[in-house]
Amino acid sequence: MADPKVVPIHGGSTASKGGSGDSGADMLAAGAARASGERAKRRRTPLLTDASGAEVAPRPLLSASDLSATSVHRPRPVPKSGRAPRRAKATRSSVTTARSQPVTTKTVEPPLATARVGAGVDDLVTFAIATLRRAAEASGLSGDDIERQVAATLAFVRRRLSGDYTVDDFGFDEDFTENAYLPLLRPLYQSWFRVEVRGIENIPSAGGALIVANHSGTVALDSLMTQVAVHDEHPAHRFLRMLGADLVFRTPIVGSVARKSGCTLAANPDAERLLASGELVGVWPEGFKGVGKPFSERYKLQRFGRGGFVAAALRTSVPIVPCSIVGAEEIYPILGNLKTVARLIGVPYIPVTPTFPLLGPLGLVPLPSKWIIEFGAPVDTAVLGRPAADDPMVVFDLTDRVRETIQQTLYSLLLQRRSVFF
Amino acid sequence: MADVVLVTGVSRYLGGRFARLLTAEPSVERVIGIDVIPPPHDIGDAEFVRADIRNPMIARIITQAQVDTVVHMNVIATPLSAGGRVSQKEINVIGTMQLLAACQKAPSIRRLVVKSSAAVYGSSPRDPAMFAEDMGPKALPRAGFGKDSVEVEGYVRGFSRRRADVEISMLRLANIVGPGLRTGLTDYLSLPVVPIPLGYDARLQLIHENDALRGLLLATIGPPVGIVNVAADGMITVRQAARLGGRPTVPVPLSAGGLLGQFVKRAGLADFSADQMQYLAWGRGMDTTRMREVLCLEPEFTTRKAFEDFIAHAGSALPGTGVAAAVGGLAGSAAKVLTRSHSSRRND
Repeated sequence: MADPKVVPIHGGSTASKGGSGDSGADMLAAGAARASGERAKRRRTPLLTDASGAEVAPRPLLSASDLSATSVHRPRPVPKSGRAPRRAKATRSSVTTARSQPVTTKTVEPPLATARVGAGVDDLVTFAIATLRRAAEASGLSGDDIERQVAATLAFVRRRLSGDYTVDDFGFDEDFTENAYLPLLRPLYQSWFRVEVRGIENIPSAGGALIVANHSGTVALDSLMTQVAVHDEHPAHRFLRMLGADLVFRTPIVGSVARKSGCTLAANPDAERLLASGELVGVWPEGFKGVGKPFSERYKLQRFGRGGFVAAALRTSVPIVPCSIVGAEEIYPILGNLKTVARLIGVPYIPVTPTFPLLGPLGLVPLPSKWIIEFGAPVDTAVLGRPAADDPMVVFDLTDRVRETIQQTLYSLLLQRRSVFF
Repeated sequence: MADVVLVTGVSRYLGGRFARLLTAEPSVERVIGIDVIPPPHDIGDAEFVRADIRNPMIARIITQAQVDTVVHMNVIATPLSAGGRVSQKEINVIGTMQLLAACQKAPSIRRLVVKSSAAVYGSSPRDPAMFAEDMGPKALPRAGFGKDSVEVEGYVRGFSRRRADVEISMLRLANIVGPGLRTGLTDYLSLPVVPIPLGYDARLQLIHENDALRGLLLATIGPPVGIVNVAADGMITVRQAARLGGRPTVPVPLSAGGLLGQFVKRAGLADFSADQMQYLAWGRGMDTTRMREVLCLEPEFTTRKAFEDFIAHAGSALPGTGVAAAVGGLAGSAAKVLTRSHSSRRND
């Protein structure tokens, strides 16, 4: 938290200057120079930090509140003209309190460093950090946490720019998923849909397993949320490797993000390869029939593909975990379907929702329904043996069993739900 | 096992190196290298015979020298070095036809080794993540080198039906990289600014030239292996490759890729054909279980190491290098300062 002993470090950087005691005019000039540097910094910080998530990005704006303000009260923006000198003074005074910090020596000469580019960069960075910390403290957050997060983000940016990351055989990029993809989905998961997860203990901590879930919601947000749920709620923080339609991979940007986040083509060779290597695989066998069904058919499961996923689980002897998702049906209620347009563009459907073509891009905002994701008891496939995969009756039987389990769970969850949005 | 080995395409870089490697092998008595131009490099103790595989003359050489193993390395992936696409196709397809016709007539032939390519699997969004040898392409390559490779494999299959007594080893090699080799892909990744299909980031699986040559050697002097994928472990993406090489990237729409490719080719910057754009959008991976178990090849380089070896020799004296390095450096030093201030605080 905003602990007074921590604050001064960065103040300390500028402190020795203030302490040296020069004439008022000098001080003013130096203060102004510093302030303008800081302003530049403030403009820059959001750029550097925005990848690290929502918490960091907005803070720098608050740094307008000068140091004299306590963390409790947030002052209104002060008129610009008065601002710079005031901040400079405040900086100085806070600085004098802690001068013994090691960083101090590095940052003493900011205004003089213009000649040396390297040193300039260093100063710039230190200033940025100081501003960030102050901003964080002003808004009541721990400067340490923010700093750690910014450091992690910068390290991430550096790794991305130098190509220093690894992708696996399927194109899964753990670095990207952990540091950019999941953090971007988390606000949606936590604040928008307020996802409640049940039965996470049904997912094994190690080894392969196949998660089978119902598909809905016009846009396949349910699979993304399940991915976040599995990673964040499971004690082993496992990554869910999803199987997607080839349309996903054909679409630019969506396709490459999907691959990087662990998706691969929904085909038996890929599914079996993933399961055999002990990965957690997620599949939505209803496919487009499920996501694109009209609102009137909500929570009615469609046909479960051709049971290919069951065959893959049988061949690799991994358990099948049924998963029921409630809430995704209501995010974009489909009232109609522009079939002709869809055919022209070559997509499975173009939905008409209460908001979509009507409000234009605003219609793309999903309704904030309350979600429940329940993982059911795993179905053991090892007892049936590998040869069962070639017995269509066994495969159909098992497919139906999984489908029934999900359907029943959906009904019981719907009964328990108080309202769509709460 | 192999006594007299005939190597085609010996004046090209890999062919020459392979001939040299083969002559150092004690089990091989005699190595005959053929090509249409004299080799510009050392081919060791191999005898060079100037001959064109598109000419029936080749049959006489095979019978006269009592050749028992033919290593066909004259399937060319780079149209520019072959003298254009027409002549590339001529050499690849008609050359293979003639060579196989000559082999079919020669009773001394015991083994045929063909350097094929992963390009036979094509590249499409419906591809499985990893192709095994028994899988076919989801979208047949319709032009360029990929199509040639499919046709060459077709002729080899026909040959193996007609001469069932000849052992066939066909290696489907991933894109070869290395310090000495120039291919379409290495040219492309050495461009000062690398154009990347907008919104795609393909997986690349490579093989180092040393490992590729070792694979070919094993297929020539070891037991016959049939069709085997040869590729290094791991993957890198196109974007990652450009960044590892210190090149800035520029996104281009996929549909404009062919045009851009043609422009780059005309300008002589890179030997880059339009069909490579598909590969750069979707990439490809190959299952290498058979390589390990049947060919007994353990690649020394992973895909990334192989690429870094190529980059180290390709140099990076390029105007664009500074920008990415500077931004990366800035982020790096910022991160360092932060961690430093952290650790110092913890010590207090």
